[in-house]
Amino acid sequence: MNILVCVKRVPQTGGRIVLTADGQEIDTKFLGFTISPHEECGVEEAVRIIEAGGGSSAVLTLGPAAAEEQLRDAMALGIDRAILLETDGSEWDPMSTAAAIVDAVRTQEAANGPFDLIVFGNESADSGGFQVGIRVAVALGRPVVSGLKGLTMGSGSVTARRESAGGGWETYELTLPAVVGVKEGINLPRYPSVPGRLRARKKEVERVAVGATASRAALAAGSATGAPIGPVKVVLRLPEAQGSEVEILGRGAEAAPAVVDMLQRIGVLGS
Amino acid sequence: MSGPIVVLVEHAAGEPDRVSLETLAFARGLANALGGATVEALLFGDAGAGVGASLGAHGAATAHVVADARLAGAYAPGAWGATLGELATTRGAAAVLAPGSDRGAEVLAHAAARLGLPLAANVLSVTPGASWSVTRQRWAGSLLEDATLDAPIRLMSMAPHAVAVDERAGSAPAMVAPFAPNVGDADLVVRVTGHEPPAKGSISLTDAKVVVGGGRGVGSSDAFAELEELAELLGAAVGVSRVVTSNGWRPHTQQIGQTGQRIAPDLYIACGISGAIQHIVGCKSAKRILAINTDAESPIMGIADYAVIGDLHTIVPAISAEIRRRA
Repeated sequence: MNILVCVKRVPQTGGRIVLTADGQEIDTKFLGFTISPHEECGVEEAVRIIEAGGGSSAVLTLGPAAAEEQLRDAMALGIDRAILLETDGSEWDPMSTAAAIVDAVRTQEAANGPFDLIVFGNESADSGGFQVGIRVAVALGRPVVSGLKGLTMGSGSVTARRESAGGGWETYELTLPAVVGVKEGINLPRYPSVPGRLRARKKEVERVAVGATASRAALAAGSATGAPIGPVKVVLRLPEAQGSEVEILGRGAEAAPAVVDMLQRIGVLGS
Repeated sequence: MSGPIVVLVEHAAGEPDRVSLETLAFARGLANALGGATVEALLFGDAGAGVGASLGAHGAATAHVVADARLAGAYAPGAWGATLGELATTRGAAAVLAPGSDRGAEVLAHAAARLGLPLAANVLSVTPGASWSVTRQRWAGSLLEDATLDAPIRLMSMAPHAVAVDERAGSAPAMVAPFAPNVGDADLVVRVTGHEPPAKGSISLTDAKVVVGGGRGVGSSDAFAELEELAELLGAAVGVSRVVTSNGWRPHTQQIGQTGQRIAPDLYIACGISGAIQHIVGCKSAKRILAINTDAESPIMGIADYAVIGDLHTIVPAISAEIRRRA
């Protein structure tokens, strides 16, 4: 079994998002970075599949030089090797990202043999495009399902499980090689061990310079090129605060009667 | 005159899904902005004809219904996406809209990949022009992006609950037109092959009128018994924040937030939840929020309507006892 996991470096937002003055980015001066949550579970899933059945795993990201940190995090959890498609730090649109990953997959497969499974997160935490994994799968002509919370490997196939809109679960059978989009909840990722971290630090990261997106060049040239492109970010904004006034019903257990009065008043509890 | 706006409509048990109806309302607004484009729906399945006709009240002039058993019998993301793309091309559509549900987002991405066109996900508003301007959600709605979208057919999924359903009584029914797509076997290899029903007697988080939520402050797996007791008295579902599932205290299916469920109950009781952005985006659609927290300055207070300050381990059992006393 040969597995590739694609991940994205995203800021670790806490209680509040702050933007840079030009509105182009989240101000990350005081923020750490992490692997986008769904993809963190994708890494764990790949490690588990290889632990159970043998084989090798690789992690790939498209991002700035600093995204090496997330590749090493993935290797600390047990991924064997890493590929960085190194950008100039500018943001890539989903079509360009997918095209670069398809190129990289073809190059990797020509050198190291085919990937039986390519794992994506359902959507990235930051830009939330809901499409890169599907675009890659369609370009490679491989079956794909998104939103998965369970994978069971068979011989030459994988059974995938996802929550149904109306409750319960639905299952899919995919013939390998296949592409899957997983969601947080498919597993509980392990914490990296100290030896794992040390090993990850010494491993090579294969770097491929991809620079700026082709679509950015098309944008600079104006819509006269006629190239379909987007969404191309103009500016980021914070939504207006909901700004509700909070009514303090009391402190400690003595507040219970006031709470139940409120429950009856709003009709949640019969009076 | 602009081409039509094609809208993917999901339906179950003979009823269109709510976010699909919101998407039709959004399409109606866009049609006006385009100077009177028509809105055309696409539905899959035998029940599609009945549901489709009823969409006239929601602004659809035509309902294209796919009855082909290979596609209509079971959800097949690639085949549905190929069908949506083919219909959009055949009709010369100006835009294709899908609800921002799991399936809507997936089908639209398949259409986009097959057409080689860009796709804007979770759109809140759009202004057509030489280049279309869209506002879309990032970080599940805690951040907004103004962006441009340039393509012969503009593909957009709608952020749920961005616009209200717009039903107009007395409208003519939509014309039902069978659509037979030219879908090949390659598009049909992935389809739903099995179902597992939900656990009996369980209250779904997304349908519950009241949700009792627990966060880091609950402190352990065992301490959820206090929240479950209150939930049972209120006929509520229990939900949790991300730290709770990361600690393995509760299953991920109960998680509310960006990487979990989005809920919209009449009342959300947030116990020991500080209110990280990741959680807020999952619960902010609740009509009312009661926060129970030791910290009166925690971010959850910024969106709460009511609060009790103090230790949830004494407050929650006291509320349950008071409900029992009055019963």
